[in-house]
Amino acid sequence: MTDTATFDRIDTIVKKDPVVLFMKGTPTFPQCGFSSTVAQVLAHLQVQYESYNVLEDAEIREGVKAYSDWPTIPQLYVGGEFVGGCDIIREMFESGELQKMVTQ
Amino acid sequence: MPMPITELEKLILTGLPGAKVNIEDLRGDGDHYAAHIEFKGFEGLSRVKQHQMVYATLKGKMGGELHALALQTSVPEEQ
Repeated sequence: MTDTATFDRIDTIVKKDPVVLFMKGTPTFPQCGFSSTVAQVLAHLQVQYESYNVLEDAEIREGVKAYSDWPTIPQLYVGGEFVGGCDIIREMFESGELQKMVTQ
Repeated sequence: MPMPITELEKLILTGLPGAKVNIEDLRGDGDHYAAHIEFKGFEGLSRVKQHQMVYATLKGKMGGELHALALQTSVPEEQ
């Protein structure tokens, strides 16, 4: 179970910036296809976002799964709220919903 | 250790009784699946909640035994 310190760290990270992406690798060097897909979608929408490389922080890598009750990485947060992983972000991009959400 | 397609289907159907499940083994390695799940119980729920319901049926195996599961969820249309 995630300890409260990690939980609080995650809470601070997701609320510090309007758009936060927990991913494997970095936007320029993604280390996983799913993370790369989400980074590309955000780049295409020219969204300013904070990325967090979970491969460099095992506590955050596991903690964020408990925080959002979502078992995989990547995870996108907008306005401090968990929005989804790769599948949902792709669906929201295709429907135009993501653009509306990140440009509000 | 990959998960056989039959086990994945059984887990989802046990957890979401009455769902219509269509699973595709993307790479033939039992580790990368795509699944389309149609289930009455998804009605009125956000995509995140719908996908969380599916992950809950997998009893913690998602991300461990099962590396990738591309999910698509939908609610059956009224007959």
